[in-house]
Amino acid sequence: MSSNLKYSKTHEWVDFIAPDRVRVGLSDHAQESMGDLVFVTLPEVGQEVSVGDVVGDVESVKAVSDLYSPVSGVVVAVNEELEDRPELINEEPYSAWLFEIDQVTEQAELLDQAAYEAFCEEEG
Amino acid sequence: MCAYLPSTEAERRAMLEALGKESALDFFSSVPAEQLAAAERVDLPEGMSELELSRKLNGLAAKNRQFAKIYRGYGAYNHYIPAMVDEIATRQAFVTTYTPYQAELSQGVLQTIFEYQTMICQLTGLDVSNASVYDGATAAAEAVNMCLERRRRHVLLSEGLHPQTIETVKSRFQYLNVEVTLIPLAESGETSVEALAELLDETVCGVLVAQPNVLGIIEPAAELFALAKKAGAKSVLSINPIAAAILPAAAEVGVDIAVGEGQPLGMPLSFGGPGLGFMAARQDMMRRLPGRIVGQTTDAEGRRAFVLTLQAREQHIRRERAMSNICSNQALCALRAGVYLTVMGPQGLREVAELSLSKAHYLAARLAELPGWSLRFDGEFFHEFVTDAPISGEKINAVLREHDILGGYPLADGGMVWCCTETVTREDMDELVNILREVG
Amino acid sequence: MQLSFEKSVAGRRTYVLPAPDVPKYELPAEMRRTLELPLPEMGEPDINRHYSALERRSFGVNDGPYPLGSCTMKYNPIINDQLASLPGFTQIHPLQEIDTVQGCLQALVEAEKFLAAVTGMDRMTFQPAAGAHGEFTALLMVKAYHEDRGDSERTQIIVPDSAHGTNPASAAMAGFETVNIPSNEAGGVDLDGLKKVLGPKTAGLMLTNPNTLGIFDPNIEEITALVHEAGGLNYYDGANLNAVMGVARPGDMGFDLVHLNLHKTFSTPHGGGGPGSGPVGCKAFLAEFLPHDMPIARKGEDGEYVYDLEVPEKTIGRVRSFYGNFLVTLKAYAYALRLGKAGIRAAALTAVLNANYMAEGLRDYYDISVPGPYMHEFVLTIEPLRQEYGITAMDIAKAIQEKGIHPPTMYFPLNVKEALMVEPTETESRETLDMMIEALREIRSRVDSDPESLRQAPRTTVIGRPDETTAARNPILRYTEPEAE
Repeated sequence: MSSNLKYSKTHEWVDFIAPDRVRVGLSDHAQESMGDLVFVTLPEVGQEVSVGDVVGDVESVKAVSDLYSPVSGVVVAVNEELEDRPELINEEPYSAWLFEIDQVTEQAELLDQAAYEAFCEEEG
Repeated sequence: MCAYLPSTEAERRAMLEALGKESALDFFSSVPAEQLAAAERVDLPEGMSELELSRKLNGLAAKNRQFAKIYRGYGAYNHYIPAMVDEIATRQAFVTTYTPYQAELSQGVLQTIFEYQTMICQLTGLDVSNASVYDGATAAAEAVNMCLERRRRHVLLSEGLHPQTIETVKSRFQYLNVEVTLIPLAESGETSVEALAELLDETVCGVLVAQPNVLGIIEPAAELFALAKKAGAKSVLSINPIAAAILPAAAEVGVDIAVGEGQPLGMPLSFGGPGLGFMAARQDMMRRLPGRIVGQTTDAEGRRAFVLTLQAREQHIRRERAMSNICSNQALCALRAGVYLTVMGPQGLREVAELSLSKAHYLAARLAELPGWSLRFDGEFFHEFVTDAPISGEKINAVLREHDILGGYPLADGGMVWCCTETVTREDMDELVNILREVG
Repeated sequence: MQLSFEKSVAGRRTYVLPAPDVPKYELPAEMRRTLELPLPEMGEPDINRHYSALERRSFGVNDGPYPLGSCTMKYNPIINDQLASLPGFTQIHPLQEIDTVQGCLQALVEAEKFLAAVTGMDRMTFQPAAGAHGEFTALLMVKAYHEDRGDSERTQIIVPDSAHGTNPASAAMAGFETVNIPSNEAGGVDLDGLKKVLGPKTAGLMLTNPNTLGIFDPNIEEITALVHEAGGLNYYDGANLNAVMGVARPGDMGFDLVHLNLHKTFSTPHGGGGPGSGPVGCKAFLAEFLPHDMPIARKGEDGEYVYDLEVPEKTIGRVRSFYGNFLVTLKAYAYALRLGKAGIRAAALTAVLNANYMAEGLRDYYDISVPGPYMHEFVLTIEPLRQEYGITAMDIAKAIQEKGIHPPTMYFPLNVKEALMVEPTETESRETLDMMIEALREIRSRVDSDPESLRQAPRTTVIGRPDETTAARNPILRYTEPEAE
């Protein structure tokens, strides 16, 4: 886990790469509990999203889990490499980012690392 | 007593005793007493011996009229079924096995499905096939579902699709904010290219056409689908799998999805079911295909292995957001289709198609010679065609029945759709024409 | 094993058809296929052996016990298949004149009467091809019923969290929103949870009873009454009817609609995934919404019944072509006739006895999700073994394969961790039940003594555990000819 990242309660990590621009990925905890990922559906570039919107999903062999947007803004980039190599999320969850959102206006309740760890613990 | 209980009364009593129960009804203590009593009062017949059952069902079968010669198609086709198909499709391990979720015990069944999927891809020229859906009509409805987009929810159905397919699509989407519009047929019996051009706009997500259409006519599919593509709509072709052996493959006319009724591939008429809905699509639509799909992989020792795959599309994982609710499919019918195609091979399948085509053209020409009779359309047809005659279809069929012949399908407008397959001989057809000549 | 395509030899074939006896008709060139048609080319002896090998690599009910929970893998009587293949049924065209298909229609009408009586319904349609198709059909009827009354605000279908995935998927297809409610500790409907979601938006409730943990819900009458009071309809998912047929009826429990899985409860074979049959029954007040066509009986002038087809007045439309999977319906009707009233009841009672017998035999060896008594099935949870030894439900299931037994249903229902759902059915003998109990006990003993043998299972099957991750990441869904070197 990386200490300068924030975490949503829906298990995305959020990296503010500029004051109003974020890069979003799936937390190590989330990829671990999903198991081997086999497919990723990413949002479309240009798509306007609001906090809590379902913007895609990740599939393992026997499960599917939604991806939620942790902020409101506009999708400006998606990590297309994941479409062919979803396993990168399992291998390096903090480099295998999913999408970037610019013109961020609102954000969900985001936790720091310690709070997120406690949250995962509590969730079981 | 239940005919198929292996345990004896004494054994069951001993088992109950071991569990400290007097009667199996003791397990039902949560069921309200009046419900138990109501079920006991139900009026149902007593059981039968196997012999009595056999007598009863043979009696029902005898009440149906089975015809020696069949000239009726219109969605259900009487083709010859090679002996191997029945033999293999009645082998008990195939018949009594469950959906192959336990791959290690089910390699045989999984392989038959993988081979079936491959053959459907070969027939259509497309990239991926699923393991089957219920029938041709529901396959068409599933294809429409694959075409739907958030902003494009208008689907155009050719009037040349089977009317039951059109009805099935309409009921499937009646509460889902989907607009269904019919593309009329032109004078030629083909789907009207002009009408399609007028109907297409940025709301249209898919165009469905049948090949050949329900009146037997070979559609200008490539032309229709070029228009659809230009308008950004998906192209769906509902094909007759026998005709597919000689008509341009679905992939050759620009389709995104091909569907159809697989009954002609080794399934008897069976009063309309069970048949087989087949579906194939281009690679880019793979994840929108509904239902089960078998894939090839390996086990830890590197042995070839087949599994049900891409399961995260399906209802048992994705629940309300699944592409479809389908669970049980028509696997044993898909096996029949697989065996049929393997036995016929490419040459045999082409022969079925060529024979059906040629015989239909022979009969059409002979019927058209009858005084007052004519073929309704000039266009090319496969193994079905429409006649207009001085006497009504009902009258024609009433006469033919006396000769153990099931005549064509009478249309509401007085016309008649005839169908020929390899099962009728020249002699049969000459006899048919002679009978009709007598009728006048 | 090789695929048929890999055994194919150019020019080899099986001759089936005679030479043409009419002039060959040539379609214009632009109407002819130019794409290759690379179907397998094989002779009959090779084809026969090919499928024999495939059959040996399959496992049916006739190959061993099949305690697959929720699937009711009972014995499939041979006579039913034989009678359904009489030419008097198989050679009948679906669009023949009505007076030439009286036997088919009579079978459908009589089967309807029989199964409606078993379920406590008034009418039944055999159009739906499978359980999920039946759910969809019934939900369209629910929608049509409310719309017909001008009650168009009813947009929600209530589904317990333990339900089969087809329930929410079918609800979505009929234009409903799914509202999930939690289960109580016995896997039954949580009454407070239900009351919380009931209201003016409630269109209906979908429920299996007995539930997926094998428990008959003791509150069933209160549950259905609450839904009715809120203005909703009650829908019975017939997946588990085998426990109660002849003993209790969904119609008496307060249900308005049911679907049956004839390929479960009424013994028609599964065929590797189908064809099934998922008839939908309903109370009289819903009959006008049934799909068409509905076979009916009329008394003729001579007092004999005449059979016909009818379109219900406010029909939801057609849900597939023709009259459903007719031959499957026929097999189920044959089964019902053979058993009769007493036999149907005896089947349910014995199915329940067998499940409780097995549960008792395993109680000291495994954790069972809820205390009994059970109906036709029960659910083991392997979670304690996973926590202590790292052995999963999957490991146990794979080890069972080595014993010549088809594994129970794994990882369902979703509200039980590491679930193994066991349904022995009524057609297993006491020796077979004892054999299954013994097999599971022996496997349990290896959880501590030799866990590695469980992780490596199955070791006696034609393949070991397949790599499903690679299958899903890089899907190979068809054979393609290897590139020439």
